[in-house]
Amino acid sequence: MTAPVLLREFEDFAANGGGSGPSWLLPLRRAAIDRFAALGFPTPKNEDWHFTSVAPIADGTFRALPGGPARSVRLAAVDVEPFTFARPDWIRLVFVNGRYDAALSGGAARPAGVTVTDLARAWREQPEVLERHVGKVADYQRTAFTALNTAFMRDGALIQLAPNVELETPIHLVFVSTPEAAGSASHVRTLIVAGHHARATVIESYVSLGGANGYFTNAVTEAVLGEGATLAHLKLQTESERAFHVGTLQAHQGRDSHLVSFSYAAGGELARTNVYTLLAGEGSGATLHGLYLLDGAQHVDQQTRIEHASPNTFSREVYKGILDGSSHGVFNGQVFVRPEAQKTDGKQENNNLLLSAQARIDTKPQLEIFADDVKCTHGATVGRLDEMALFYMKSRGIGAEQARKLLTYAFAAGVIEAVGVAEVRAELEALTLRRFAGAGAVAAS
Amino acid sequence: MLDIRNLQARVGGGADILKGITLHVNAGEVHAVMGPNGSGKSTLAQVLAGNPVYEVTGGSATLDGNDLLAMQPEERAHAGLFMAFQYPVEIPGVSNAYFLRSAYNEIRKAHGQEEVDPLEFLDIMEKNLALVDMEPSMLNRSVNAGFSGGEKKRNEILQMAVLRPRLAILDETDSGLDIDALRIVAEGVNKLRRPDNATIVVTHYQRLLNHIVPDFVHVLSAGRIVKSGGKELALELEDKGYDWIETPAEAVA
Repeated sequence: MTAPVLLREFEDFAANGGGSGPSWLLPLRRAAIDRFAALGFPTPKNEDWHFTSVAPIADGTFRALPGGPARSVRLAAVDVEPFTFARPDWIRLVFVNGRYDAALSGGAARPAGVTVTDLARAWREQPEVLERHVGKVADYQRTAFTALNTAFMRDGALIQLAPNVELETPIHLVFVSTPEAAGSASHVRTLIVAGHHARATVIESYVSLGGANGYFTNAVTEAVLGEGATLAHLKLQTESERAFHVGTLQAHQGRDSHLVSFSYAAGGELARTNVYTLLAGEGSGATLHGLYLLDGAQHVDQQTRIEHASPNTFSREVYKGILDGSSHGVFNGQVFVRPEAQKTDGKQENNNLLLSAQARIDTKPQLEIFADDVKCTHGATVGRLDEMALFYMKSRGIGAEQARKLLTYAFAAGVIEAVGVAEVRAELEALTLRRFAGAGAVAAS
Repeated sequence: MLDIRNLQARVGGGADILKGITLHVNAGEVHAVMGPNGSGKSTLAQVLAGNPVYEVTGGSATLDGNDLLAMQPEERAHAGLFMAFQYPVEIPGVSNAYFLRSAYNEIRKAHGQEEVDPLEFLDIMEKNLALVDMEPSMLNRSVNAGFSGGEKKRNEILQMAVLRPRLAILDETDSGLDIDALRIVAEGVNKLRRPDNATIVVTHYQRLLNHIVPDFVHVLSAGRIVKSGGKELALELEDKGYDWIETPAEAVA
């Protein structure tokens, strides 16, 4: 998927109506592909990608416009059931290899004031809201992968909440990849617009089925939070360990709004998650939690950027990582405080647990403060399992394996407990306990 | 029951801290091991429990005829050994209830017994909590995290009560305790005494022995037992301090 191939693919796409849609869409796509052509794939010289080489994606041959098998595969409800938290009643959109599958989607009827619809349909039925926001929040000027997504986006979701609507149950988007996806990319796009004082939870699951591998997910979600709105956003990335994944959440927050983001990353051969938010309105805030569990030869990178752009804004961030095998993790947490953002209150923490001698973490907290009356702290730790705690547990009869599992789980527990949806919390607890059940690197000496 | 012969141990590649300990403990007995700082009394406790920081350089230790030194720490626990830590370890994120139930079930499994479910275990816990004057709410707290010094020591005795060891070693359990906490801990230990179990109380001070009356007192100095006697030996130590105990001539290891 070298850049020239992509540019040619785009011209074919444009000549065939650019996936059709409203009249403003093709010019937006063209602006984005031009920007991508200028930016190119990021290299490690780019500060935002210093520890991560995207060469396997740039050199790959992922077709942006897959046809044939990837898009005609049909799944049964039972295939996606393992990803539904046993809650068939949740409003749910399911995408297979980047394409919306109406038969697998469903759940409860939309309450008044709630729109949850697939993007292809939204282009036709709700072009105004899309025109107002798509490409306005997710920054394709600066970010090559967002530019690429903007040029090729076809499917995805539109979630719209009228003012004051409070949704009790989550909205669930499931992005499934199957073995037929090999060699292709899916540029899925989601727009979430929360009206003033609206409140909702959106879960995005990125999963693989049947040993899917060698595909590339390039997802972009943009979120607009109106005054006093609260959006809980949970991203669960458990793609195959032979998959490539770049996922970006970018939010724009109005006055007194609150973004509560949780990002779980355990999949991918090479995976990157970006969580970006602009605290544009006074009194707005962001709570970002993350957990990444890596093993084998995985390379998983998380970048967060919180931009304090108004007075009295706050941010709370805790990311934890557990790394085994010869995996490589990256955490880069950026906090910018603009001159006008007086009384900013920011706290950031990144803790890492290395279970093997070969695992590696690069952690880079990054604070840039241009206001003079702020309270900002950050800290990063890298450690190993506490040998005394292991001995203590063993001395009570708990075997070495079980003791390691418990301690590993305990390390992650703090961020898992922050997840507001009980079903997701239970699933994460199980995933974390299972993930390192066989970790043997810290064997008893 | 416990048979220690000429036990020697060190940390890393350093000089031996234990320079040949020989000690026999029978069922139903309480032994006190006393000695000044650096005499090796805590090391003895840690070595018996299997702390990997220590390296055994010679001698033997068996529990009911089984070679303790060949066992992993968890296997020693399965065999009936329990050490109450001088500094109980904090484990944030793991609840006391889960921790104790795991330990309880692991020991049962090792003896071919069925595991107990959380409800059955709660019954067992309720009986034992009263023994150390602890509230049931502590079961939901993380293991030792944020516990006061006294709570940590009481938690050790609670674990001991639940796990019912054949041989309990209390490693300076009295250090840092006020008199009320000391009394609770001592009463707990006394109630757990049975004809078929034994206790080794490692302590610097005599005051714990007012509450847990030993059958034998051993005085350690520079890695060796230099004096053994009855409970009156502890009183003598309290009276005269450790200075009157002869320090052995530097030994050939």
